[in-house]
Amino acid sequence: MTDANASILERAAETAARATPAPVAARVRGLSDKAVAWLFIGPTMLLLLAINIFPLIWAIYLSFTNYRANRPNEPIKGVGLSNYRRILGDHDTWLAMQATAHFVFWTILLQMLIGFALAYLIDRKFRGHAFGTTIILVPMMLSPAVVGNFWRFLYQPQIGLFTYIVSFFTGIPPTEIDMLSSVTLAPWAIIIVDTWMWTPYVMLICLAGLRSIPDYIYEAAEVDRASNWRQFWSITLPMALPFIMLAVLFRGIENFKMFDMVNLLTGGGPGSTTEVASITLKREAFEKWRTGFSSAFAIILFVAVFGLANIYVKVLNRVKSR
Amino acid sequence: MSSAAHSVIEPSATSKRIAGGIVVLYAIVSMIPLFWIIATSFKTPPDSIAYPPKVLFTPSIEGYCNLFTTRTRQTADYINSLPPATSFCDETTRKRNMVIAGQSNFVPRFVNSLIIAFGSTFCAVFLGTLCAYGFSRFKVPLADDLLFFILSTRMMPPIAVAIPIYLMYRELGLSDTALGMILLYTAVNVSLAVWLLKGFIDEIPREYEEAAMIDGYSRLQSFWRVVLPQATTGIAATAIFCLIFAWNEYAFAALLTSGTAQTAPPFIPTIIGEGGQDWPAVAAGTTIFLVPILVFTILLRRQLLRGITFGAVRK
Amino acid sequence: MKSLSRMTFGLASALFASTAISNVAHAEDLTLCWAAWDPANALVELSKDFTKETGIGMKFEFVPWTNYADRFLNELNSKGKLCDLIIGDSQWIGGSAENGHYVKLNDFFDKEGISMSDFVDATVVGYSQWPKNTPNYWSLPAFGDVVGWTYRKDWFANPDIQAAFKEKYGRDLAVPATFAELKDIAEFFQKREIDGKTVYGASIYTERGSEGVTMGVMDVLYSYGFKYENPDKPYEMEGFVNSENSVKGLEFYKSLYDCCTPPGSSNSYMGEGIDAFKSGQVAMHMNFAFTWPGLQKDEAVGGDKVGFFANPAGPNGDKFAQLGGQGISVVAYSERQDAALKYIKWFATADVQKKWWSLGGFSCLKAVVEDPGFAASQPYAQTFLDSMAIVKDFWAEPSYASLLQASQKRFHDYVVAGNGTAKEALDGLVADWTEVFEDDGKM
Repeated sequence: MTDANASILERAAETAARATPAPVAARVRGLSDKAVAWLFIGPTMLLLLAINIFPLIWAIYLSFTNYRANRPNEPIKGVGLSNYRRILGDHDTWLAMQATAHFVFWTILLQMLIGFALAYLIDRKFRGHAFGTTIILVPMMLSPAVVGNFWRFLYQPQIGLFTYIVSFFTGIPPTEIDMLSSVTLAPWAIIIVDTWMWTPYVMLICLAGLRSIPDYIYEAAEVDRASNWRQFWSITLPMALPFIMLAVLFRGIENFKMFDMVNLLTGGGPGSTTEVASITLKREAFEKWRTGFSSAFAIILFVAVFGLANIYVKVLNRVKSR
Repeated sequence: MSSAAHSVIEPSATSKRIAGGIVVLYAIVSMIPLFWIIATSFKTPPDSIAYPPKVLFTPSIEGYCNLFTTRTRQTADYINSLPPATSFCDETTRKRNMVIAGQSNFVPRFVNSLIIAFGSTFCAVFLGTLCAYGFSRFKVPLADDLLFFILSTRMMPPIAVAIPIYLMYRELGLSDTALGMILLYTAVNVSLAVWLLKGFIDEIPREYEEAAMIDGYSRLQSFWRVVLPQATTGIAATAIFCLIFAWNEYAFAALLTSGTAQTAPPFIPTIIGEGGQDWPAVAAGTTIFLVPILVFTILLRRQLLRGITFGAVRK
Repeated sequence: MKSLSRMTFGLASALFASTAISNVAHAEDLTLCWAAWDPANALVELSKDFTKETGIGMKFEFVPWTNYADRFLNELNSKGKLCDLIIGDSQWIGGSAENGHYVKLNDFFDKEGISMSDFVDATVVGYSQWPKNTPNYWSLPAFGDVVGWTYRKDWFANPDIQAAFKEKYGRDLAVPATFAELKDIAEFFQKREIDGKTVYGASIYTERGSEGVTMGVMDVLYSYGFKYENPDKPYEMEGFVNSENSVKGLEFYKSLYDCCTPPGSSNSYMGEGIDAFKSGQVAMHMNFAFTWPGLQKDEAVGGDKVGFFANPAGPNGDKFAQLGGQGISVVAYSERQDAALKYIKWFATADVQKKWWSLGGFSCLKAVVEDPGFAASQPYAQTFLDSMAIVKDFWAEPSYASLLQASQKRFHDYVVAGNGTAKEALDGLVADWTEVFEDDGKM
């Protein structure tokens, strides 16, 4: 339908509408509210059913089989719970979980500390704070895959800018700083990049929290001559806490799922030092093609995120209502 | 964001100055990697791997030449037997004892990124607006459960989602197609879109539509004429989020596309020279890839800020 | 809002138009998929003749080695139509034949008079046959490849360096005859100052993501006496994979990694190896033969500065090398199989194969490599022949990917991350591989 047509129709409808009482008009030209509701909500639900729910059910079914996507001709055999038993009993699964936990814990801790500090400073409203905020935001807009890949260059021993700067300040020879090859440094290499990218996000949420604190509370504290330090601990922090906890939740879920940046930066190496859960899952599903097995792993991961997030939200609600 | 907070309790000038100093320092440090990407894209390959890293250098567009072409190493005799070089890139390549063999795949991949990111953003915002309006204005049975269900679809690790999608697309012939990727990104984004937009639409007073409907507008007309214009800020903010996700997405693109519909993020890390990565070319590709997002961030920063904080507060 | 809907309409029609146009442009051309490396660029150059002769346009899809198997096996498993022709890795042949990814070529070969006996035997077994050693052909040997070594001839010939070496080791500095000698030389060069630059011993494969560390370790293990299975009893691996000699070989590889590689070598494969050698960082460099033409032509380290040698011998005098290389196959899901077969027919002709060699492609045609002038045609030609004579290959079973993943993990965990002992790594590998074969019902 062209624009011209559309507007003619609309005009015709308008004239008709003016001539008829509203409820009748609605019934004649328009749809009932119920129909509109389904018309509006239906397509989205349908799409989610097709792309999210149906595949999820399929994955649950596959997780009880030995299906391999690279051998479509072989008959599918039910194996009961053995995939789940193998995964939960596998030492490597727990190593991957440990690597994931290490990554999630430290990224959240660092991002919360730096992010909150930045928000606190920006809340001082110095001149140009709006512009500064925009600049700080830039890293979180970038693609973790594309930029993560470039960090490999920054981390190169000797020629990498990061190693050069570190060696400049510490005096350690730049050939000795092996961010991606060393078993002790590699987990920190991915933590640094993630912190660089996502601290701004935490900062924004904390800032929203700080700005939600009404002025009169501070005014009352001034009247009571509470020190700045006291004000921070008894007003600022407790009142911003729900926001900080939200930021923890979002970053926690995101980093539990982490794949792209780590895959390009270390690929899980050296050895399996930085092999977070998603990388193990990718190897099982798309390199070894153990589709049934990896479906079971995927379900376990999903249940884990879902369960942890739900428990966390309960705690959060309790903090909020306090 | 409201700017009225703390109007009475003003921090002292010194504390402001210190705060400003620290924030500016952080901003500068966090910009270094970005600056380095852009600088590297204008370096020659030897300059890019020089030790110590070169901050001052003679700019060259060799990285961009290498980004757009594939080259093959040949003997000097073979090169001398060719007709004279016609372009700057041709000349630079020959100086390195190579000839241009053909175009690289960067341009088609970039176009794929544009089609898939904008296509899926449009679909997600379109569906999301309708759905959010539905949830906001009508009594939907089990509305809270449905909304939670919509949001929880974002908690799945992308690789976990990709396994069954891979099988499904294989059966439907949607593997490595733009349509398949648009559908998938729409499905992922629509949950966020519904969630954000419901908040924005909830804020628009119902009285506006009711007044319009008394004036004879139908439900659809009042949605189109009254609600949508009021919700443009929210729609813009949502669109940016969807666009950023779809533009930057890597895991699905790497697993479900291989060439015809492959987007830039899985392609850029595979740009290599004769040996390992050709860093100036990678940097050039990265720079071009980042430009749209940087422009969006700066132009639409207000909506963006609103969207992030708003989404957070709602959830 | 009107402008919005107009914009939308415009965007939608532009979208439609652009996809339509790109589909038209694709209709006639053949797409060939291969790894992104020097030989592929040479093939682009070579294929211009095919387009000239037949009018069939060629498009190429090249992916770096570290993503190559991932990407194209994914493509084949999803029944993708991206590739009409694929130059797939030797180990894929089992899976691709059994799952119907490749078109069987026997009838086509018979019809066109292409005889597999015209191609080097090792490459026919390695790249074309499944099951192995039966006359069932799924591809035409396209690119012969094998792991070998390059070294800095100019440093080896430098009198000062020679003298220093002799003083330390009591023998002349020369191309190593055994792996033990190779390590001595690597140790000698490690962190030595040459022309004001710190250089390192050797660049070896350590890549984790695809197949790098396995290719490197296997290349050494074969000569130490490693065997995949009991020659008399298929799939019996205990005592062969983890034999005492294999353990020694793996320990050797780790010691070579620890003592003599450049900094930041924890994830290096072909590309990183080339970079290390070209930047003048290393004295020796393990890599597939495909790198040799490029290094020979390199302005910095090529010409007289580079030399080549085949794998040295292990402690018991055994000499083997890891096979690389690929055959070219027609993808069963392609809609342009006739044109694709035409390409293979063209590619198999002797003249094209000769030009292929001259452009830097390692031809597998006997008429090319057994030509009396071949050995002298390039400085690396003899080394290539020597190496091709001693090749062994990794499992080519349909489960090769799972087998490879297991060895990647075991080897990288031990060699690079330093976890556990060599014995534990190989015992673990036997357990992993046993599990894979049990899942397959082969044990």
